[in-house]
Amino acid sequence: MKPAAATLLLAILALAACQREERDTRPQSALGSGEQPTPVTTLEPGGQRPSPTDNKAASFEANAFHLSEGKRLFGWFNCSGCHANGGGGMGPALMDEKWIYGSSMESIHATIRDGRPNGMPSFRDKIPDDQIWELAAFVRSLSGNAPSSAAPSRNDDMMVHPSENRMPDAATLGKSP
Amino acid sequence: MKRLASIAFATAIALFLQGCAGWQSALDPKGPAASELAWLIWFFTGLCAVVWVLVMAALAVPLMMRSRERLEPLVLDAGADNRKLRVVMTAVGLTAVILVGLTLLSFFANRTLAAIGSDAALTIRVTGHQWWWEVRYEDATPSRILTTANEIHIPAGEPVRLLLTSTDVIHSFWVPSLSGKLDLIPGRMNVLDIKADKPGVYRGQCAEFCGAQHANMGTFIIAEPRAKFDAWWNDQLQPAAAPSNDEAKTGEDLFLKRPCVMCHKIGGTPAGGTVAPDLTHVASRQTLAAGTLTMSRGNLAAWIADPQGVKPGSHMPVVDLSGDELNAIVAYLEGLK
Repeated sequence: MKPAAATLLLAILALAACQREERDTRPQSALGSGEQPTPVTTLEPGGQRPSPTDNKAASFEANAFHLSEGKRLFGWFNCSGCHANGGGGMGPALMDEKWIYGSSMESIHATIRDGRPNGMPSFRDKIPDDQIWELAAFVRSLSGNAPSSAAPSRNDDMMVHPSENRMPDAATLGKSP
Repeated sequence: MKRLASIAFATAIALFLQGCAGWQSALDPKGPAASELAWLIWFFTGLCAVVWVLVMAALAVPLMMRSRERLEPLVLDAGADNRKLRVVMTAVGLTAVILVGLTLLSFFANRTLAAIGSDAALTIRVTGHQWWWEVRYEDATPSRILTTANEIHIPAGEPVRLLLTSTDVIHSFWVPSLSGKLDLIPGRMNVLDIKADKPGVYRGQCAEFCGAQHANMGTFIIAEPRAKFDAWWNDQLQPAAAPSNDEAKTGEDLFLKRPCVMCHKIGGTPAGGTVAPDLTHVASRQTLAAGTLTMSRGNLAAWIADPQGVKPGSHMPVVDLSGDELNAIVAYLEGLK
């Protein structure tokens, strides 16, 4: 009886490894692009703005599928035209630790959606909202702000910098704690 | 009862064999390469069947025969031993001849396949994407280079050279009625020569598993008489038709204002994306989304409204459009003949 129980336990443990990340290819677009206000400052007349109820940033930022989709879109939409492959050109570098408008998902989402002074165009209505979130998640991974278990790995073509999952962790700057 | 069963069996076989005909079958060849391959398939199968029957018979005969006891087991029978040796050596010799013969047949068939496109006048570059085919007609005059998607028009009776490559993963180009399959490999150019003997539509299919929508990665080879082919090429080179009514005009504006413009190209408008199929003459094609849907107003609307329902995992995103906006865009695309 004992070997049977052990086998069953092993089988259960093995099957537990089959859990697979969900690929959300058909997100709810009910909110549409540009309808959700994303605060770019904490100053608010009349007290604090109530925090948004849906936690979109959280569902995108550690999801391997969304991160890799963000990487594909970064190339497709020619972000590298100005930001190079994260190293910066006409536009600022994305792989360093300097953030002009903040490093949060919400700030990067607002940057892509509404644009910023001195050159960053607004992609409102041009990129579906969920793809903007995917891009924001990928941009964070360029500077080691994404979990290495979810960040994109090897490129299919020539590598211009170490893959995103090998970037030094932004929190510790690559130093051991 | 037995009669009924045999009728059912015959019907099942007939239905089964029906699958071997039609626009996508290696056993229904419509070009020299496919004919050569079909002949090889039948010859190999036939010869191997004969050999199999002979071997089975050679095994069955001794089982059936009543064994005779030798009168004097210790006395050698040189004549009988020689007969056995002759039979075995003949079988070995025949096997060698058949194997060498089949190898030679296969070698000469390969030579024939390689010679088909040696004087090809037309070169088409086929690039595999997840999950559609980009088709580019090469020409010495740059203004005559034509890019389209998923449908390959060729002149009937003429050899055509296909240059196969891919941008993401390995795909495989296979139009069974015209030729064998060949892989599309990222960073590498493979050459496949095809020729269709007669005008017609031949279906092709990606034959290398390439991801979630591998099954919905079809293509069509449309072989036409030379004059018709030239006319088609000239039509395709024209910029997109201007919107013919107010609704279509609204659709064009929306196309340029909404995410469509980020990936697709429509010649003659500012839309110049190259990462998704060229839509300059999308309504002139027979199918939508690489052979997934037939071209119709309803299917266009269904595809734009919910691409992830039609082809889950494809790179076409769900775009937030109102009903009126969707209708306008469809009215515009429908006019792009």
